[in-house]
Amino acid sequence: MTMNREGRQSKGDAATANVVTFTGNRALQIEESLIFEKDAFASTGVDFPAPTGKHDRIGALKRTSAIGLPGLSEPEAMRHFVRLSQKNYAIDMGPFPLGSCTMKHNPRLNEKMARLPGFGDVHPLQPQSTVQGALEVIDTLAHWLMEMTGMPAVAMSPKAGAHGELCGMMAIKSALAARGKAHRTRVLAPESAHGTNPATAAQCGFTVDAIPADETGRVDLAAFRGKLGPDVAAIMVTNPNTCGLFERDIKAIADAVHEAGGYFYCDGANFNAIAGKVRPGDLGVDAMHINLHKTFSTPHGGGGPGAGPVVLSAALAPFAPVPYVVRDGGEFHLVETRRMAKSEGEGAAGGRITAFHGQMGMFVRALTYMLSHGGDGIRQASEDAVLNANYILARLKAEMTPAFPGYCMHEALFDDRFLMGTGVETLDFAKAMIDEGYHPMTMYFPLVVHGAMLIEPTESESKAELDLFCDALLDLARRAKAGETARFTASPMLSPRRRLDETAAARKPVLRWTPQQAPEAAE
Amino acid sequence: MRYLPLSDADRRQMLSVIGAKSIDELYRDVPKSALNARIDLPAHKGELDVERIMGAMAAKNRPAAEGPFFVGCGAYKHHVPATVDHIIQRSEFLTSYTPYQPEIAQGTLQYLFEFQTQIAALTGMEVANASMYDGSTACAEAALMARRVTKRGKAVLSGALHPHYAATTRTNVELLGDRAVQLPIDIEAKEDLAAAIDGETSCVIVQTPDVFGNLRDLTALSKACQAKGVLLVAVVTEIMSLGAVKSPGEMGADIVVGEGQSIGNGLNFGGPYVGFFATREKLIRQTPGRYCGMTTDADGKRGFVLTLSTREQHIRRDKATSNICTNSGLCALAFTVHMTLLGEAGLRAVAALNHESAAKTADALSSVKGVRVLTKSFFNEFTVRLPMNATGVVEALAADGVLAGVPGERLWPHDKDAHDLLIVAATECVTDADISAFTASLSKALA
Repeated sequence: MTMNREGRQSKGDAATANVVTFTGNRALQIEESLIFEKDAFASTGVDFPAPTGKHDRIGALKRTSAIGLPGLSEPEAMRHFVRLSQKNYAIDMGPFPLGSCTMKHNPRLNEKMARLPGFGDVHPLQPQSTVQGALEVIDTLAHWLMEMTGMPAVAMSPKAGAHGELCGMMAIKSALAARGKAHRTRVLAPESAHGTNPATAAQCGFTVDAIPADETGRVDLAAFRGKLGPDVAAIMVTNPNTCGLFERDIKAIADAVHEAGGYFYCDGANFNAIAGKVRPGDLGVDAMHINLHKTFSTPHGGGGPGAGPVVLSAALAPFAPVPYVVRDGGEFHLVETRRMAKSEGEGAAGGRITAFHGQMGMFVRALTYMLSHGGDGIRQASEDAVLNANYILARLKAEMTPAFPGYCMHEALFDDRFLMGTGVETLDFAKAMIDEGYHPMTMYFPLVVHGAMLIEPTESESKAELDLFCDALLDLARRAKAGETARFTASPMLSPRRRLDETAAARKPVLRWTPQQAPEAAE
Repeated sequence: MRYLPLSDADRRQMLSVIGAKSIDELYRDVPKSALNARIDLPAHKGELDVERIMGAMAAKNRPAAEGPFFVGCGAYKHHVPATVDHIIQRSEFLTSYTPYQPEIAQGTLQYLFEFQTQIAALTGMEVANASMYDGSTACAEAALMARRVTKRGKAVLSGALHPHYAATTRTNVELLGDRAVQLPIDIEAKEDLAAAIDGETSCVIVQTPDVFGNLRDLTALSKACQAKGVLLVAVVTEIMSLGAVKSPGEMGADIVVGEGQSIGNGLNFGGPYVGFFATREKLIRQTPGRYCGMTTDADGKRGFVLTLSTREQHIRRDKATSNICTNSGLCALAFTVHMTLLGEAGLRAVAALNHESAAKTADALSSVKGVRVLTKSFFNEFTVRLPMNATGVVEALAADGVLAGVPGERLWPHDKDAHDLLIVAATECVTDADISAFTASLSKALA
């Protein structure tokens, strides 16, 4: 007896690809309306006892107008959000090689620990005697960060990478003021820097002066030296940099800026290439933020929350914001206010940058990650991330064009020379990856490379996954060169939505649902 | 190591494809003296060991749900439906990135659009962005925006603005050489903010319910602001109040910012939370943060994208309206799911229960000898004056298992007049037994 292994034969592949369904659904892809379009403005998915109505201390300020919030029963709400979720790509589904963003595996143990009631259900203003374990987490995480970076201090409260930059640059501004050097207002930053660097410097009241890159993708040392002067407050350098390269002159850069009386702010977004292997403190860094959501794998969550603790040199440590944790024997204390020179108690120097004590939920996840990996595992993870990126670089250079010669660190940067004359642009190439089941790489960043494609595999990819990924990209590159232009310019074709009209979205912004949209939506 | 898929054989094979002799050859640009630094940290551990270590630290903390709990001041203990945590732990939400590739991120984008609509509806404003880090940083960003809009450099802060919010705002405006002037501590909502406006004033920042719990009518203040071209920034740290109380938008606020933690998000010892930022449409180009907007795709189907990004750091760099990049996406999802379950009917019901809990607690406490309830009009939080420093009282009650509220000294260490204040919050989670335990323990402590 023979088994029918194929099931019933399907006929005609071209016809099925364009099948039009009555519902608009495509099998597992279910179309889903907005909650506001479900005629549910009077319903709810929660059960509460009826209030007695006996108490009223609100008086004239009682809300009388309708709010306009639909409520869905639990099964309806569940379906709504599950259907939405199925329109998202995620690291748990496949490679997410978004350069500079570090999409690595998010261990679920970290989630479990963050949900322990002792961490998830404690209030930031409870008596400190009732949160000693929470303060111990902050103190322990601080110890790991200082040990790994070789820095003597760390400010834990910044809420994300850019907030960490603000914290570090604020400390630099305060330190300069304390030294009587408030006239130093110019900050140097490479052209290849993340946009947050110049934006942060400006938010701190500095002016920004861009340093060009040299032909190897690194800071142009001569141009940098030429820009040093008595008005320079600091240099902001990402290392490894946004081209995926280690700034080999990093010590010379640090020495020069120090000699000129400025500080060295390091953007630690790419710390995941060197964690456990190189200590930024040994390179002359004065301040560096660490994205716990990158290097230490707290989930990106579709755009946050993150956490951005900042390690600080001895010179900058006194200018860290409150709060901070101090250990006194076996007891932990939270220092929440500090009298500085300013009469108001809390001024810019040593002042607050956020309410409460930082992203505790992220601290628990990051510390869990660190304990799981240990010093040895963190180092191995960095090495594997670098190995994976170099493997991609080595394999893809058969058809694609690396932006710079030599090895890379944790991410491989290509330019668009290999697409020249094909009619296919970086954007098209990236969108074609979607149909192959991949999230595109970072496109058009860093700005110093034409049509940049920045690929960061992280240590989480197996060799088999990398090989398939490389084979797929090599195939795409060959097809682009073979003139299959339309395949690229029309892509993606298989995703829940095809290319979206971003120009129209920006020209006439529709940022919320309003009842007037209903007829349109019902088309 | 369970998180690392490469075997040693893989590593050797990959190095040979690369053409490198060792992994350290790939690190050849690192100064020799700095490579392979000695780092003194423990070795990797299995799940079981890690759970034991983390569990031991967690066990040293007193969770809110473990007994009577009345702590608020910007973070509130509410019941979050089980559905919320299930949804936010779905891989497709938890492990995705900022939706820069909209074709494969419609899930994130659509809930952000729903979040923006919910926030706009609640605050009574025309538009809201896709979230900020938290309420305090959203407040600081509002002051910075007012500076851009009015080209003036003085923010006037209410004396009943949460001190952490005031400090965060001051830090941010002073970095730009501006001033933030806070009125004296205002326990019973008696200050005259309109009188503090002058020709330099960019905005007035006022919280309602304020940090002491007072509900504030902003109508007259908004008229005064409008007359002088000053932006009125309303801060809401307890968003659940908007289910029972008039929205700041209805009272004429220009910007409404605050904390969304109460809906969908746990206490988490202070973070992560979800800040919100809502304003009028005409001011939108000066706002910080991300927006999701509606559009169509190449097939004419409705879809969503991040939009108005020419204000943002990745495009405008040093000319951006803010340096914010990562915000609070997943916390915004938690908010959206919880709010979708509540709906207007559920929100009004739970808000009414909050008010009832607080009113009952206030009545019970006012019967304790020596305790004076100072707040007349409130939502779920109010202030009492004790006959002694409240810090020690709170410690004594904690020893009894009652977490009684926030003592004034914690937030105003340098203001002696505040030291015998106790700020008490009571939500739907508070039971009659909790209130009895509180009053009994307090009577004992004050005796």
